[in-house]
Amino acid sequence: MSETGTPPRERSGMDRLRRALKSPSRGQAVVGVLVGILAFAAVTQVRLAGKDDTYANLREAELIQALNGLQAASRKAERDISDLETTRDQLRSSTLRRTTALEQAQKEVQTLGVLAGTVPATGPGITITVEDPKNELSLNHLLDGIEELRNAGVEAVEINDRVRVIAQTSFEEDPDGVRVDGVVLKPPYVIDAIGSPDTLAGALQFQDGFTDDVEADGGKVSIKKADRVEVSATRTPVKPRYAEAVPGQ
Amino acid sequence: MIAIIGLVVGVVLGLFLTPDVPLSMEPYLPIAVVAALDAVFGAFRAFLDGIFDDKVFVVSFISNVLIAAMIVFLGDKLGVGAQLSTGVVVVLGIRIFSNVAAIRRHIFHA
Repeated sequence: MSETGTPPRERSGMDRLRRALKSPSRGQAVVGVLVGILAFAAVTQVRLAGKDDTYANLREAELIQALNGLQAASRKAERDISDLETTRDQLRSSTLRRTTALEQAQKEVQTLGVLAGTVPATGPGITITVEDPKNELSLNHLLDGIEELRNAGVEAVEINDRVRVIAQTSFEEDPDGVRVDGVVLKPPYVIDAIGSPDTLAGALQFQDGFTDDVEADGGKVSIKKADRVEVSATRTPVKPRYAEAVPGQ
Repeated sequence: MIAIIGLVVGVVLGLFLTPDVPLSMEPYLPIAVVAALDAVFGAFRAFLDGIFDDKVFVVSFISNVLIAAMIVFLGDKLGVGAQLSTGVVVVLGIRIFSNVAAIRRHIFHA
C-alpha cells in the first residue's frame, strides 16, 4: 500500500511517506511491531475461520438455537418412526390375518376335497369284501349297503380301488356286475370305507341288514376293521350346471 | 519500511507457527483484528496528514483492541453478543472506509 504510485506533484504527505521509507525511525519500529502483531492475529484468525467446524465457535445463543433445531428435527424423526411402526404393525397383522385365512381356506379345501372325493383320504375304517360267485347280487342290496354306511357317518368310500363313491355317484345294473359312475365293476367287490370302524361294521351286520341280504342272494360278506384304510381313487370335481351358490352365505 | 517488514514477519510467523487460540479468546480475536486494522488505517491517514504521533498510535491501537473486546464481552454477558459484534464490525468498517478514502485522496489526489 505504501509503495503505490508516485504522484506527479509532490505534497507534504507524500514527501513524508517517501522520507519514512528511506530513513527508518524509532516510531516506525513501534509501528512495525504493532502491525506485525496485527498481521499475526489476522493470519491466525483467517486460519481459524477456515478450519472452523460448524459448532466450535458459536455463541451460547446460537448453540441454543442449533440445539432447538436439532430437538425439533429429532422430535419429527421420532414421530415419523412411530408412524412407520404403526404402519408396520398394521401390515404385519393384516399379513397374519391373511395367512390365517389362507390356512383356514386350505383346511376347508382339504375337508371338502375328502367329502367331494377330489383328494385321496386315509384314516380308520373298514374293508368290506362282498363275494358274489353266482352273480346274483341285487343292485338294490348293494345300494342299501352304501346307504347304511352313509347313515353310519362314513366319510370316504371307494369300490375295488377304482371308483370313489360320493353324493352324485350312480349305480346301474350290468351283465358283468355293476356299473358305478360308468365303470363296470366285477365281483368280488372290495369296499373301502373310512369312518368309525365299529359304527360302520355295526351298520352292516344288524338283523336283516346288508350282510343278511347279501347272503340271501347267495353272496358272502367279510368285514375287516383297520386303523388305517387308504381311499386312493379320486374324482375330478364337476362344476354344477344348474345349481348356484347363494351369495353372502 | 520497518512497518512493511513487521507486516511480512507477522504473516510469516502466523503461517508457520499456526498458534492455537485459547477457547475463551476465540470470540474476541476477529473483532480485535478489525479494531487493530481500523487503528492502523487511522494512523496511516494521520501520517499522511502530518499529524502522526507514535505514542498516539500505540495508545489508539491498544485501546481500540481492548474496547472492541470489552464490547463483545459485555454483549456476551447481556445475551446480545452476536448482534453487538456485528455492530462493532459495522462501525469499524465505516471508519476504515472513511480513513481509506482520506488516504486515497492523499495518494491519488482523487
